[in-house]
Amino acid sequence: MISIQNLHKSYVTGNNSLHVLKGLNLEIGEGEFVSIMGSSGSGKSTLLNILGVLDDYDQGDYFLNGKKIWGLTETQAAITRNAMIGFIFQSFNLISFKNAMENVALPLYYQKISRKKRNMIALEYLDRLGLKPWAHHLPSEMSGGQKQRVAIARALISNPKIILADEPTGALDSQTSMEVMEILKNVNDQGITVIIVTHEHDIAAMTKKIIRLKDGIIGEVITNGDLQLYRDRVKSE
Amino acid sequence: MFDVDIWQEIFSTIRKNKLRTFLTGFSVAWGIFMLMILLGSGNGLSNGVKEQFAQNAVNIMWMWTGETSIPYNGLKEGRPIKFNNQDYDFLRTKESDIEKISSRYYLPGDILYSYGKEYGSFETSTCYPSLKDMENINLTTGRFINEMDMMEFRKVVVIGDDIKKALFKEEDPIGKYIRIGGVPFNVIGISKDKRRNQDNNRQAYIPFSTAQRIFNGGDRVHTFTVTTSMVKTTEEAEAISDKIRKDMAKRHDFDPNDKRAMGSFNMLTEYIRTMKIFQAINLFVWIIGIGTLIAGIVGVSNIMLILIKERTREIGIRKAIGATPFSVISLVLLESVLITTVAGYIGLVMGVGIMELVNMALMKAAAGGAENVFFVNPTVDFRTAVTATLILVFSGALAGYLPARKAANVTPIEALRDE
Repeated sequence: MISIQNLHKSYVTGNNSLHVLKGLNLEIGEGEFVSIMGSSGSGKSTLLNILGVLDDYDQGDYFLNGKKIWGLTETQAAITRNAMIGFIFQSFNLISFKNAMENVALPLYYQKISRKKRNMIALEYLDRLGLKPWAHHLPSEMSGGQKQRVAIARALISNPKIILADEPTGALDSQTSMEVMEILKNVNDQGITVIIVTHEHDIAAMTKKIIRLKDGIIGEVITNGDLQLYRDRVKSE
Repeated sequence: MFDVDIWQEIFSTIRKNKLRTFLTGFSVAWGIFMLMILLGSGNGLSNGVKEQFAQNAVNIMWMWTGETSIPYNGLKEGRPIKFNNQDYDFLRTKESDIEKISSRYYLPGDILYSYGKEYGSFETSTCYPSLKDMENINLTTGRFINEMDMMEFRKVVVIGDDIKKALFKEEDPIGKYIRIGGVPFNVIGISKDKRRNQDNNRQAYIPFSTAQRIFNGGDRVHTFTVTTSMVKTTEEAEAISDKIRKDMAKRHDFDPNDKRAMGSFNMLTEYIRTMKIFQAINLFVWIIGIGTLIAGIVGVSNIMLILIKERTREIGIRKAIGATPFSVISLVLLESVLITTVAGYIGLVMGVGIMELVNMALMKAAAGGAENVFFVNPTVDFRTAVTATLILVFSGALAGYLPARKAANVTPIEALRDE
């Protein structure tokens, strides 16, 4: 699903150049449930932006679903994001003057699906996440957990191949965090690749594969069998 | 572009910022409103003055003679100069800048008009058929003097409305004979000046040829009324009258600079001069109007920029979930066009409406007989209104352009970065 070879990315500000990603290699298969960890400055946000086709890179290869992501115009990038990727953010990023249903339906608006139809689909997704009664509430009238569930519904509505979640539980209490992770796990069970960026070990431990970034390259990959060990290690820490 | 959704998007933002939208729209509405008021007033003033000129053809010119005041060619001053029928032929055929010409012979003494027991003293204009067009003579019934009348020295007369009222009361004068200085003339038409110059209604028109023959005129001509070529500048108009004056001076041996020997008045010079002033006023009005409008547009642009800044995050979200730059630009641009167009249109309608009300009041006053000379039909014509509307839509797009480009350049990463 995702194949990255020798990825380089630097940020240039004035005369200073900050080399963030230094030849990173990464393979993520279809249907994987992955978390990306790393201390601040390790390049996880940069990697997430490149994965999400929000940013370009300087060198290397990035194949998304077999298609090379390189030199896209803004319009092409927008279309790719809309078709392939669902985003979930720490601060939910719902549009404040739209109600839950309209927020969820927004990606379909950019697919030029009729208002009636996309609102119907949005209601369906909200129902699936147990939010149907809140469909006509504004984000300001909902709790954090509800907002994040609306955001998840919005990420799912365009039937993406990949869900990219940037600290999805960062603004939630642990109880709600668990609920959100449960939902993401269900999403993954339906075959959608889920990638979570987090710095919380217990959240990472709920995924099936942990990728630790260190100084712009992959520092450590912990997969299935080792995961139990990792969980134990985290608990003892 | 015309799907319901984008409008719903726009309306939801407008609804969120009612006061701000109103204030922005108001500045545009005010700009257009002032532009319409100014243009309407300018038109009213200009129409009023045009109407003054419209009593006669604007390119009309009168010539008359007197006594010389400057010795010339060995001839003493104080010598009377007299136009004659040969001058008429000369002016008509040899002066290329003269389009139409009519001679006038003043009837001698006090001429009495009578019909049956009624009588009165009225002004007699002896003329050629061409005078009708030159002095915009308006006939209510019958016809004006024609070439046949001239050639056959017919004793026919066109009487002014006041003469008709004085002599005929309710009777139909057409075909009846009135006596002018004792000579019977057949009434062929009635003229009426609907404008302000009521004196014209106390005037009768008889063929010049008839007048000269019956009232012992010989080949004497007192004044010439001519229309000249329509030129654009006062200099050209002056040149025409100078040329005519020189030719006449040559024919009658007087100094071309002798204003007493031959007098003339060239309307076209005055007309051009006045119209120049109104062109300047009109230009001035547009400059002020557009200036006011620009202030409004800058306001809209400013508000939109602030709006974009506030909505950076929202635009970032939209872009992350698949909004193309085009959709972002059209969102901002359409909002801007919508605000300016709607507000501007309100201003337009109010401005035009007020000018129409003023016009209605003026017409009422005029119907009531009020003398209103300098303000006629102070309205804005359709073409100007359309132009203003186009300017509005264009300015809306202009106002939205910068903010829209700014919005399109919002990068999702920066917009979504947590503070």
